[in-house]
Amino acid sequence: MEFEDGAIIDGVHYHQFDVVIVGAGGAGMRAAIEAGPKAKTAVITKLYPTRSHTGAAQGGMAAALANVEEDNWEWHTFDTVKGGDYLVDQDAAEILAKEAIDAVLDLENMGLPFNRTPEGKIDQRRFGGHTRDHGKAPVRRACYAADRTGHMILQTLFQNCVRLGVNFFNEYYALDIVMTKVKGKDRPSAIVAYELATGEIHVFQAKAIIFATGGFGKIYKTTSNAHTLTGDGVGIIWRKGLPLEDMEFFQFHPTGLAGLGILLTEGARGEGAILRNASGERFMERYAPTIKDLAPRDIISRCMVMEVAEGRGAGPHKDYVLLDCTHLGAEVLETKLPDITEFARTYLGVDPVTTPVPVMPTAHYAMGGIPTNVKAEVLSDNDTVVPGLYAAGECACVSVHGSNRLGTNSLLDINVFGKRAGNNAADYSMTADFVPVPKNPAGFVLGLVEQLRDSNGTERIAGLRKELQEEMDKNAQVFRTDESLAKVTETIHVLRRRYKNVSIQDKGRRYNTDLLEAIELGFLLDLAEVVVFSARNRKESRGGHMRDDYPTRDDAEYMKHTMAYLTGDPHSADAADHITLGWKPVVITNYQPMERKY
Amino acid sequence: MSEVAVVEESAGVPGGPIQAFTVTLIIRRFDPEVDAEPHWQDFDVEMYPTDRVLDALHKIKWEQDGSLTFRRSCAHGICGSDAMRINGRNRLACKTLIKDLDISQPIYVEAIKGLPLEKDLIVDMEPFFESYRAIQPFLIASDKPDKERIQSVAQRAVFDDTTKCILCAACTSSCPVFWTDGQYFGPAAIVNAHRFIFDSRDEGSQVRLDILNDKEGVWRCRTTFNCSEACPRGIEVTKAISEVKAAILRGNPGLPSSDLVLTPVGA
Repeated sequence: MEFEDGAIIDGVHYHQFDVVIVGAGGAGMRAAIEAGPKAKTAVITKLYPTRSHTGAAQGGMAAALANVEEDNWEWHTFDTVKGGDYLVDQDAAEILAKEAIDAVLDLENMGLPFNRTPEGKIDQRRFGGHTRDHGKAPVRRACYAADRTGHMILQTLFQNCVRLGVNFFNEYYALDIVMTKVKGKDRPSAIVAYELATGEIHVFQAKAIIFATGGFGKIYKTTSNAHTLTGDGVGIIWRKGLPLEDMEFFQFHPTGLAGLGILLTEGARGEGAILRNASGERFMERYAPTIKDLAPRDIISRCMVMEVAEGRGAGPHKDYVLLDCTHLGAEVLETKLPDITEFARTYLGVDPVTTPVPVMPTAHYAMGGIPTNVKAEVLSDNDTVVPGLYAAGECACVSVHGSNRLGTNSLLDINVFGKRAGNNAADYSMTADFVPVPKNPAGFVLGLVEQLRDSNGTERIAGLRKELQEEMDKNAQVFRTDESLAKVTETIHVLRRRYKNVSIQDKGRRYNTDLLEAIELGFLLDLAEVVVFSARNRKESRGGHMRDDYPTRDDAEYMKHTMAYLTGDPHSADAADHITLGWKPVVITNYQPMERKY
Repeated sequence: MSEVAVVEESAGVPGGPIQAFTVTLIIRRFDPEVDAEPHWQDFDVEMYPTDRVLDALHKIKWEQDGSLTFRRSCAHGICGSDAMRINGRNRLACKTLIKDLDISQPIYVEAIKGLPLEKDLIVDMEPFFESYRAIQPFLIASDKPDKERIQSVAQRAVFDDTTKCILCAACTSSCPVFWTDGQYFGPAAIVNAHRFIFDSRDEGSQVRLDILNDKEGVWRCRTTFNCSEACPRGIEVTKAISEVKAAILRGNPGLPSSDLVLTPVGA
């Protein structure tokens, strides 16, 4: 259909932009800073930009600046590959580590107030899995701003978006991507979004579209993720039959506040904090004798769960371990770790200065997501690019994180690949025409909204969501087995059927968050199923995917990426009837897989 | 206030058994599609002392009344979505524990004041962000360094406090001057100006000092300290404003000093 920019047709608003970015966290705003000055750009975000969860990241951003000790990007590349249990695409990891240096300097030049060395340079601290000379000892590689590095990145990027006059559409929920058949191929032509304030629907036609929608940690109950991290962007892509890569790999961050999941940065251990079991033993010495408490997250989380399972947990129910910061002293806690010190005081009533803090693993980060190449172009199979479609940040899978992301590599990822996505999308939009939008492009979203508003079903959103999250915590967490995953599969199938019978109480148009929670639950159900189906299929243990029934890594069979496709009716009883799995080779350049010891 | 005889551990919190209580929340509701005026509505919810006010709001929304509307995201005080007036004080709902309120009394919850009410606990944030944008909240620097700019630990420490701002509007919407004069920049915008005025790398301080020397600028501040009390990040907001006032009087940013102007000056 034809329309003018700004037209309202049958109550639906129509816009035209060269580049539309979905999501205003770190990756989205870093992309906007590149695309904005070159092309007519819009950023659509379900929140206000400064509410994005990049702001919750604490510890740092890795870059081999070598400001405080010898370091180089090749060591960083190796650590990233080994940290990801060799499922990392090594060409992408090289780019990540090499471009890290400019990414940090870009941020400093944009105004980010990093902590400083005595010489006034950017200070650096230790972090899990980051080592000197291929594993010899921990190295100071994480550039940081106290324990609010993500907050400072989000603020700095937003400040620069303000400087550049970036066009934000705040509290617009992207709910669909419109695909148009061009010469037999599906091409993205527009984003359909729901405006929270009014309940009106907007179609954003764009020459290039960037997904920067973050993660989907809310498939779990115990998570460091925000309530709004429901995987809408990844779910939109999935429903179009485009693949999702390596969805079985979900990172559980070792140090969530026990029972709450609120994150306590790994930077605490970077500054010297120690994990202890009930008897006060520094148990990581047993599991990772060289780098101990600074082993990667997958390993530490597993060890913590094992300590508790074997009866060495602390507390009245022996169900957590302790993060001991007491020897760091009040000054280090107040100046380098002030936020987490306050979190422990506020939420657990525990003062880290004097008392070890109860911690357990918390669902933190999706290594998998929308497959892209190193240009941030989205792939429709192992190597075919979808022209004009880009993804960056947690929603994407390049794959620089493989089966386990190193701490501080995600703030890096959003900057390196957010910048690439913004540049490449802007360049593409300069040479491309709009792909025509088909008739009634908002039809799917209008139907979805209408159906939920009109439904008088008996099921309630919150109850179904709780059941999903509790089941995922119980049976698809740090340790999984075929049996536990089969249970989740069955639960999801039942919940999906019940989801058809949900109703909402708020029937209004303005600020209807009830309606959006219902839509978000649909995405959570879809993504949880892909996670579990992919996890059942990978009969080995690697990185964040630990199978009790297949406890070792099996390179002969599984040194490859999972590619999952929606190929049937999602309501069919057997997930195998609607999800098709394939494999994609891992890119290996310099590092042959080795046993992973720390 | 009836005490429920449930003795079981809160899902959240390690430690000994904790009692659940029935807590009454009295929430100021407003549905723009139905109501001419806001009205107060009671809800009873069973909560643990260590739960947050946000947990209580969720419990109401998820179990009793899905139309109750509020913003929230991170749920641990870093995203700035859920500033609201709780028992007459501006706080983040996710950082206010039930036990830290007087639970023998109902808990009153309403939207922050001074910004247009949209629905229930949601206000229009646009005027707030407009003031923020007006003070040029970004580094202004003409040099193009190859590496990082050098900044000493001491230079960095000078503006550390104001870098903590999460733009939640708790300070601005607690300010009596802002309530009566919506044109006033408000504490949050001044805090964000402070963050750049005292950054040794910045060259735009004079521009911002001129902007804030305007009649709707810092001189409207009556030093009531509401903003400092409201800040969920513990920023010494009034001190920051005073440091900006002193810099305007000195005619340059120099090093911050607030001795001169802790009491109201000017207008």
